[in-house]
Amino acid sequence: MDTTGINSLRNGPDDDGRFGIFGGRFVAETLMPLILDLEAHYRAAQVDPAFKAELNDLSVHYAGRPSPLYFAERLTKHLGGAKVWFKREELNHTGSHKINNCLGQILLAKRMGKTRVIAETGAGQHGVATATVCAKFELPCTIFMGATDVERQMPNVLRMKMLGAEVRPVTAGAGTLKDAMNEALRDWVTNVDSTYYLIGTAAGPHPYPEMVRDFQSVIGTEIKDEFARTQGKLPDAVVACVGGGSNAIGTFHAFLDDPDVKLYGAEAGGHGIDVENGHAASMTGGRPGVLHGNRTYLLQDKDGQILEGHSISAGLDYPGVGPEHAFLHDSKRVTYAPITDTEALEAFQLCTRLEGIIPALESAHGLAQLMKVAPSMDKDQSIVLCLSGRGDKDVESVGKYLGLL
Amino acid sequence: MTTRIDTRFAALKAEGRPALVTYVMAGDPDLATGQAILEALPQAGADIIELGMPFSDPMADGVAIQLAGQRSLAAGQTLRGVLGMVEDFRRKDETTPIVLMGYYNPVYSFGVEAFVTAAKAAGADGLIIVDLPPEEDDELCLPAMAAGLNFIRLTTPTTDDKRLPAVLKNSSGFVYYVSMTGVTGAVIKSRGAVGDAVDRIKSHTDLPVAVGFGIKTAEDAAEIGKHADGIVVGSVLVDAVARSLVDGKATDQTVDAVRTLVAEIFSGVKRARG
Repeated sequence: MDTTGINSLRNGPDDDGRFGIFGGRFVAETLMPLILDLEAHYRAAQVDPAFKAELNDLSVHYAGRPSPLYFAERLTKHLGGAKVWFKREELNHTGSHKINNCLGQILLAKRMGKTRVIAETGAGQHGVATATVCAKFELPCTIFMGATDVERQMPNVLRMKMLGAEVRPVTAGAGTLKDAMNEALRDWVTNVDSTYYLIGTAAGPHPYPEMVRDFQSVIGTEIKDEFARTQGKLPDAVVACVGGGSNAIGTFHAFLDDPDVKLYGAEAGGHGIDVENGHAASMTGGRPGVLHGNRTYLLQDKDGQILEGHSISAGLDYPGVGPEHAFLHDSKRVTYAPITDTEALEAFQLCTRLEGIIPALESAHGLAQLMKVAPSMDKDQSIVLCLSGRGDKDVESVGKYLGLL
Repeated sequence: MTTRIDTRFAALKAEGRPALVTYVMAGDPDLATGQAILEALPQAGADIIELGMPFSDPMADGVAIQLAGQRSLAAGQTLRGVLGMVEDFRRKDETTPIVLMGYYNPVYSFGVEAFVTAAKAAGADGLIIVDLPPEEDDELCLPAMAAGLNFIRLTTPTTDDKRLPAVLKNSSGFVYYVSMTGVTGAVIKSRGAVGDAVDRIKSHTDLPVAVGFGIKTAEDAAEIGKHADGIVVGSVLVDAVARSLVDGKATDQTVDAVRTLVAEIFSGVKRARG
């Protein structure tokens, strides 16, 4: 990591895994020796040229990096403001940015001699990416997925099964990502010796938020390089959707110390931010708390019980957010704003019709945010959206919403 | 500073038997019945009480305690309500130690300073917070100690000799050895290994060592109690509550079900040392 200067926003986390007051290692003692061991292995891998070389080779030849930066001409004309660009993470192998992190962590799991992999998944994108790398690296894997999500993301469930993963539906709570993560943690604490927990989002106990960010940072770094090469400048604004926030932190991180680049994170506004338990916008509508190993913004009631939240998008339907986003929210470097289900659906349709690209519902939240910002920008300015995933998995549920089925 | 926990363990040491530590979820299945269960425990044989503070996302617990927490929350339980239960209990029982057990977020939400002050004032003696390892001692462990509460730490099969001193450093009251890598209510694979682990911990500390997770019967208690200074039962008691319910509601069997089971396991504790 090329951190420069003591005032850099890119220096986090500190030795205790904190980004300001956020982050940390709030886990049961059983897991503590394990995450310390994980950190030691990660530190060793970071300075090992062979690790870097292998990851790079896989990124290019297996995942298809670098992903294209695409000028969305019709959308630009339609919005009538800044030039709109898509960072095409949906063109990666497995159909989303999730593969970037899975490749890095599976190499780490191998180095640690682990013989089994578990993961949680919301939309199923991370589950598919995990099942994919486990097939390639010959490791058995179990994917925990909320029962509600199993139902609304069936295509991804089938993909995981075909790739050889065991998919375990979780019925506790509302049967969404939070419940899947609880169950994955229970499995991990039971099978600590053999099992590697491949967390898909930039959250959880230290060092996961840092590690996932590092593996995803390739997104922003490529945007920056491509812009410098072809436009000779930085983009003026960058947008990404935020659930746990892995694609967003990967997109933003390269730009944190470039104050002229405005950064926007789109949270899941669900039925609207004023509807109690009707959204999943943890920064706009929550307050700091401790869950799943880290301190961060959480949707919770007045007694500190965690709320379920709601989003049309299974990938954003999580009551927390990665700790670095919580820090960037407090420091006001990134503007986080809620996007409702309805706004996301409109953006989904517009992108499909104007650009011939069916975006994931998660990414459609980012696009909806872009649609609010781009029109008021100058025509010679540029705004980049991280198009984090493809929408094939969503066509059935969107079809239902639109009355096409 | 000597707490009720220290006094109780010292007395039992003199008596030559391990302590029976009983876990119940505060306000399960409803607030009134939960209070009645709590108050029935000492007479049934409980030496120390762990009172569960319900949390929506109990990551380290098995399904029995998870469901108990849901019942308690559905009945309207709050952290202030749990402290109220302790206060009511203390009016009738001044000696049985109470340890509050749960997860950090409700406490953090309540406010750490306000919580330790209120818990002490209510008559609680110690805290077990599952998701606060020694790396996070500044959060609650140190303020709790300053307020005169014992901070009881979990040690596990993964806590090796190198790490053990750090885990024991700010521990007080007793050390809670988790008998397995797993969640509450799972099955102990090797009682022998548990005994070895207890001996290993005792070589590092003078604190009493209590063993929990997976102790279900009087026989388990008698066996594990040979080495341990205390045995903890939780999931089976909570299960007994669950089994006594009709349509999710308490019956006249509910308190008795817990009382009978505690008395049964107490018979195992009594014969642990021959």
